[in-house]
Amino acid sequence: MATPLPTLTECRQMLDTGKTSSLELTTQALECIAELDSTIGAFLTIIRDQALAAARAADARLVAGERTPVLGIPMALKDVLITKGITTTAGSKMLMNYVPPFNSTVAERLERAGAVLLGKLNCDEFAMGSSNENSAFKPVHNPWDHTRVPGGSSGGSAAAVAAGEAVFTLGSDTGGSIRQPASFCGVVGMKPTYGRVSRFGLIAFASSLDQVGPLTRTCADAARVMSVIAGGDPRDSTSSSREVPDYVGALKSTHLDGIRVGIPKEFFVSGMEPGVQAAIQDALCELERLGATLHDVSLPYAPYALPAYYIIAPAEASANLARFDGVKYGYRAAEGDAMWDVYAATRGQGFGSEVKRRIMLGTYALSAGYYDAYYLQAQKVRTLIRKDYEDALQTVDVLAAPTAPTTAFRLGEKSGDPVAMYFSDVCTIPLNLAGLPGLVVPCALVDHLPVGLQLMGRAWGEAELLRIGHALEQSSGAIGLPGRQIQRG
Amino acid sequence: MQLTRETVQHVAMLCRLALTAEEEQQMLHQLSSILEHVNRLAEVDTSAVSPTASVLDLYNVERPDAAEPSLPVDAVLANAPDRSGNLFRVRAILDEE
Repeated sequence: MATPLPTLTECRQMLDTGKTSSLELTTQALECIAELDSTIGAFLTIIRDQALAAARAADARLVAGERTPVLGIPMALKDVLITKGITTTAGSKMLMNYVPPFNSTVAERLERAGAVLLGKLNCDEFAMGSSNENSAFKPVHNPWDHTRVPGGSSGGSAAAVAAGEAVFTLGSDTGGSIRQPASFCGVVGMKPTYGRVSRFGLIAFASSLDQVGPLTRTCADAARVMSVIAGGDPRDSTSSSREVPDYVGALKSTHLDGIRVGIPKEFFVSGMEPGVQAAIQDALCELERLGATLHDVSLPYAPYALPAYYIIAPAEASANLARFDGVKYGYRAAEGDAMWDVYAATRGQGFGSEVKRRIMLGTYALSAGYYDAYYLQAQKVRTLIRKDYEDALQTVDVLAAPTAPTTAFRLGEKSGDPVAMYFSDVCTIPLNLAGLPGLVVPCALVDHLPVGLQLMGRAWGEAELLRIGHALEQSSGAIGLPGRQIQRG
Repeated sequence: MQLTRETVQHVAMLCRLALTAEEEQQMLHQLSSILEHVNRLAEVDTSAVSPTASVLDLYNVERPDAAEPSLPVDAVLANAPDRSGNLFRVRAILDEE
């Protein structure tokens, strides 16, 4: 049986002291993938030979004395991140044969730092979904229970880390697409502040909300990945050139004395599973034991985040996805004599049902007569939600809440009911509307399924979130990997 | 605000989506239930609130007007469903008359 990969921090130590090589780790990763992925379904593309070549190159750099946080580490990218010369599908039939002529900035930064790309990860089509069931190619199965979803839309990214197939992965988070699957799969997931990580080469879903971020086994691992991918980029004018702090150095202090943790009552929604609620309460008590103080806070407009999001995100998506017309790249329908007919047929056949639903919803919300009632009203409500966060984060340092109302649900359980599916993002969406950073840390198993605590912070406060998450991890211990759970007293 | 089949067809035309009759019916049903949920937004008094344009303190981002290397034409056209030399080839845009 193939052995799951160690954490990034462990790999780093073994690589830097010559106890293992990138080639060994990459071979181990490829063995894990070969053994597990026919069941898990996390990968859409595997680039075996390129990965082995990159591992050899990384080993040469290591031998020459070079060190970077990710040098020689086998990893994989969500298939909405453009990779030069490597098929990038966005989980859609529309792009099933698309081989990009350029690299996303994050792929380029990881490559330059010597990370080893194993392949591209399954996701909901164009990152639209909460269960990964909207992939045009295949579903992903949760490594903890194969009858359950991994969450979405970065389901492949979370499952690959949980299954030990990749040391870390990148995902994208528009309404919770890193954090909710991190919670469902028992891994760490970070959505950085809007503007912290370049989105150049991220296939756009909703441009005022999208952020790229890491999924890892531990907070220290996330800190290392963040130190490579964060920072300004002239090719993304919404990226910030503000200095990137020392995320790894920030982890040194593991006591939380003086940290004020706000608990927003609106996030404990009705319909939340009692087991999830209890697990979150336990994690909050642990923060208190570490020296933090807990404070009840209120974000009164948070309950309106879900409806606001389901106007704003589809509206932006309807504009972003207008580019898929079968002219410059991607699928083109065979039928139709005039250009307009070809457009409509191409889009009708190339997009899956959830993507079509959101394009329709967004187009409707932006259309004449409805713009004020829907789009403008949603953007005003967004202002109120941002103000809620601003007020709360003046009295406390961070907010702590559940990541999702439930643990991973069963495949097929919600796929027929869009509104029920959307509800699984109810705890993650508010943060995207505010543009603030969030970190999900696995904190417990409930009926053998992981639950993640969601920490939310001030703009550019990633280091503080990682420090608190790391402290929690150190004191309560990791939940382990599926089938290899650590018994906790 | 009840959606009608005509509205669904009009919106599908605006976003150039060819829907089957079955999809139209499903869209009518599902969009109606999503809008029912979204309509809660109307409860919020926003008379004194400005809409969010961006979560960042965004300023105009400028750069020197200098030419930089761009992708080779062949690399860009490699993914085109149809091409003619250095051009993207499409179906007729204008009628003959």
